[in-house]
Amino acid sequence: MSADFLYGIEVIINGLMAGVLYALVALGFVLIFKASGIFNFAQGVMALFSALTLVGIMEGQVPFAHLINAIFGTSIHHFGWTVPAVLAIILTIGVMVIFAWMVQKFLFRHLVGQPHIILFMATIGLAYFLEGVGDLMWGSSIKRLELGLPQGGSLAIENLTSGLGGDDFYGFFIDKLDIVATIVAILLVILLVAFSQFTKYGRAMRAVADDHQAALSVGISLNFIWVLVWSLAGFVALVAGVMWGAKSGVQFSLSLIALKALPVLMLGGFTSIPGAIVGGLIIGVGEKLFEYLVGPMVGGATENWFAYVLALVFLIFRPQGLLGERIIERV
Amino acid sequence: MKMKSLIAFALSSAFIATPAAADLVIPDLSYRTGPYAAGGTPFSDGYQDYFKLLNKRDGGIGGEQVRIVECETGFNTEKGVECYESTKGEGALVYQPLSTGMTYQLIPKATADGIPLFTMGYGRTSAENGAIFRNVFNFPVNYWDGASIAVKYLKDQHGGSLEGKKITLLYHNSGYGKEPIPTLEALAAKHGFKFKAIAVDHPGQEQKSQWLQIRRERPDNVLMWGWGVMNQVAIQEAANINYPMENFMGVWWSGAEIDVLPAGGASNGYKALNFSPIKDYPVLEEIKAMGDLTGDGSNVGSVIYNRGMLAAMLTSEAIAKAQEIHGVSEISAPQLRDGLEALSVTEARLVELGMGGISPEFSVSCQNHGGAGQAIVQQWDADAKVWKALTDYISSDQDVIAPLVKSDSEAYAAENKIEAGC
Amino acid sequence: MLYRESGDFKTSYKADNQTFPIAFDRYRYWVVLAVAYLVIPFVITDYWANAILVPFLIYSIAAIGLNILAGYCGQVSLGTGGFMAVGAYTCYKLMTAFPDVNILLHIVLSGGVTALVGAAFGLPSLRIKGFYLAVATLAAQFFLVWLFNKVPWFFNYSASGQISAPEREFLGIAVTGPNTSAWASYLVCLVFVTICAIIARNLTRGSLGRQWMSIRDMDIAAEIIGVNPLRAKLSAFAISSFFIGISGALFFAVYLGAIEVGEAFGINKSLLVLFMVIIGGLGSIFGSFAGAAFLVCLPVILKLIGVDLLGWPTDLVAHLQLVLIGFLIMFFLIKEPHGLAQLWNVIKEKLRLWPFPH
Repeated sequence: MSADFLYGIEVIINGLMAGVLYALVALGFVLIFKASGIFNFAQGVMALFSALTLVGIMEGQVPFAHLINAIFGTSIHHFGWTVPAVLAIILTIGVMVIFAWMVQKFLFRHLVGQPHIILFMATIGLAYFLEGVGDLMWGSSIKRLELGLPQGGSLAIENLTSGLGGDDFYGFFIDKLDIVATIVAILLVILLVAFSQFTKYGRAMRAVADDHQAALSVGISLNFIWVLVWSLAGFVALVAGVMWGAKSGVQFSLSLIALKALPVLMLGGFTSIPGAIVGGLIIGVGEKLFEYLVGPMVGGATENWFAYVLALVFLIFRPQGLLGERIIERV
Repeated sequence: MKMKSLIAFALSSAFIATPAAADLVIPDLSYRTGPYAAGGTPFSDGYQDYFKLLNKRDGGIGGEQVRIVECETGFNTEKGVECYESTKGEGALVYQPLSTGMTYQLIPKATADGIPLFTMGYGRTSAENGAIFRNVFNFPVNYWDGASIAVKYLKDQHGGSLEGKKITLLYHNSGYGKEPIPTLEALAAKHGFKFKAIAVDHPGQEQKSQWLQIRRERPDNVLMWGWGVMNQVAIQEAANINYPMENFMGVWWSGAEIDVLPAGGASNGYKALNFSPIKDYPVLEEIKAMGDLTGDGSNVGSVIYNRGMLAAMLTSEAIAKAQEIHGVSEISAPQLRDGLEALSVTEARLVELGMGGISPEFSVSCQNHGGAGQAIVQQWDADAKVWKALTDYISSDQDVIAPLVKSDSEAYAAENKIEAGC
Repeated sequence: MLYRESGDFKTSYKADNQTFPIAFDRYRYWVVLAVAYLVIPFVITDYWANAILVPFLIYSIAAIGLNILAGYCGQVSLGTGGFMAVGAYTCYKLMTAFPDVNILLHIVLSGGVTALVGAAFGLPSLRIKGFYLAVATLAAQFFLVWLFNKVPWFFNYSASGQISAPEREFLGIAVTGPNTSAWASYLVCLVFVTICAIIARNLTRGSLGRQWMSIRDMDIAAEIIGVNPLRAKLSAFAISSFFIGISGALFFAVYLGAIEVGEAFGINKSLLVLFMVIIGGLGSIFGSFAGAAFLVCLPVILKLIGVDLLGWPTDLVAHLQLVLIGFLIMFFLIKEPHGLAQLWNVIKEKLRLWPFPH
């Protein structure tokens, strides 16, 4: 096999892996959109906030230290202890649940029945708010996430496959972190599907997604379900934040990963969990392959726009996204 | 709209009307928020701390207290405009915008207002030509120098010849990242290496394609012009593909502790250019002893902190020079311009200031606002968590750069109908 | 007391159909215009022009443009930044290629070119709707920015890809470049804002505007009663892009003077203008102004209060600013979900009855 062909395959494999990471972010969007019709613009910031909180708790940082110091003229920064990762993750999930409850209690409860665009706008406000609070709480410096996740290319795969091509082929490169992310994403999806299919609350969640009023009439508490959904989205955000944060350190730019999820959503459909996964894979492979094949001819850095163009092409044929619910319009 | 603007008008006009005090006003356009906060914060800390030290220890410069006016830009040009306009009214002496975009935007504006612009190691490279860019100073070194110094260093590493070698530039897809490309192309023609530029879009969180491409092509060396999260991800990805770290070299904005720390031990051996090397400068002890630091003190002595301190030191030396030339202690912005143009930095003076070796020796002239054009190469030691200087100051190849500067600055002069001074 | 319609009789259809049927509104409108044209230019300072008024006016044009598309025609677009970039780069190319032609003409032409580009990117709207369309317009956003960053012809082959506006004069007065006086740049923007707002207001009251609104409210029903969706949607895209192109050209030539496409016209710009439209009020020209004022002036005011008045550290203020803006957006929404324009309307309704509400 020629090296070019093998490298093409390598690009596809890496595209799939990148796609899984995109899908991870997109999942959070889908969960909330499906259950409450809210397009949650704050999802990216939630990923940043949860990752910041995780690192902050692990390192024993004092929340709002900068603010406290500025007001009281003190100089406190750390509690002086460190928290083991598992405990910190549990505490962070706790924080995200409290956040979900507050969002529900103070924001969306007052906006029930408003049009989509208003709810969307409320999440914009939420994004600003959360970004500011995250910065105030934990500071805006880069933080290193030390969860002991494996990093670097997998040598085993590289050595195993290096014989496939000629001298120009160095074996497949697959990042260990990507492998972990893929496994985590698959587990997460299985968990979510199992939760929504086989548990009481999962069924209630699906009922709410189908029809709010019918769900209310059989005694399902909308408030509770929405808190649940926001907590789940917070958890998904944490996972996404950890996976991306492991690569680049935890910092402001994490909130921009939401932009990577938008074409995925568009392609997969806003309402479908499998759609998010499939969409992520198609976008991941598509953009990487385009950059590999066409990028060098047009000067590169095509990934950002190509993902959207690809999704747009799909949409022209299926306006509701690949696996989205069919749009039925009546006059 | 009407009510709002009126209220805004009433409110802010009440606040802005602070009378200009008889101090030396130095605005600090910092960015402690946004995607580049991690680089902006230490620079601003260093910049402010040094002036604070001067105020406290020497009673200011020439008997005049320095008043820092900090303004948060968030690396956003529009906020930068607001900052520029609001600080200008207070009698700002010199601007240090710390962003290529803002520099380009301020060059004509500050020139029209007669306020010097000191863009230390960034901004518009051809502003080195002081005859055309009368108010802009970019000493001690600029990006084109940087490209040339990097190539010169690599040439030494490859035993004196780059013939047939492959050098790849990984750049931030913005004005800043594109700056070195023409120089590197010219150098490639001169030295016979194969040059390739690979763009990374802002913010640079996702660089898998770029690094797979590098892995396929196996360039002998990779240079990086990055800023913000792009640096950390690039170093991590380089480690992931097992690219030899010692063949990977960043410009001075890609060579701070924060860039290499997130990758942990994997970043060991990564190289970067620098013009403000890490050393135990006596002045750092004085700053620490001073108390009342600008930040939380954790940045003192780091690469970018030192650079901010160097910028403050060069500015204060220029102020002293301007006071000497014009015989007044309360100088104005145009007078400071003269001071900057007459600045000369000697090692003896640096030692006197407690920061020997923080900058190459150079002197500024009317024709040359670019200074020495020298930088060192430093290497990251991940175990000791410290940058180690590998070389002494290396000079750039002026044969290649001078014509480029000349043609670019003359094109600017023609476009804007500027008569060359000097 | 002052604000009421009793005694304000109309004797012709023309008078009954005018933009401001209530006399007080009319007077207020003329007073605002008089202040804007006759008072402010004489008292304006560099700070007021460059930090507040000029960006406010330019963003108002962009917000009016987007409001036509999103508020009146119901097509949510996130391509605003890209379309502004088209305006800016067209203006730059025209300014450098034809230095002798009037700069104001260039700005209008930039709007024209942007209208063509906008209409082309509006084509998918015939098939894609709602949030899907919003995300689809991001394709335009990212593609256009990439294009202007990559093709050197657009930035005249300069080394760094930055474009700078050379100095151009109108009636012997510099309106672009560093020597522009504050009042000149303010007046140029003001003239464009006034004309754009009047055009937009009258378009939305006319048959075209009604077609847009029927498409917005229910496109299938609109089609059944004889509105051509192709014409209505594409005209909304084209006209909206025309305004956005003008604002982009002004943003580059008059306001900043030098621009880097990725930074100035990135996705953040699209989001910012969309926020202005939503916060101000969808489907309201006044709302466009209110939204622009809110998002341009509020950060400045908060900064002035925090840093200059209270003397807090700048980064703390910047963070608190985010918290406060986010909080205010949510607060306004809960109190008044239809934006500042609706808030204004409610106040007006109350004023009509004041001081005897019952």
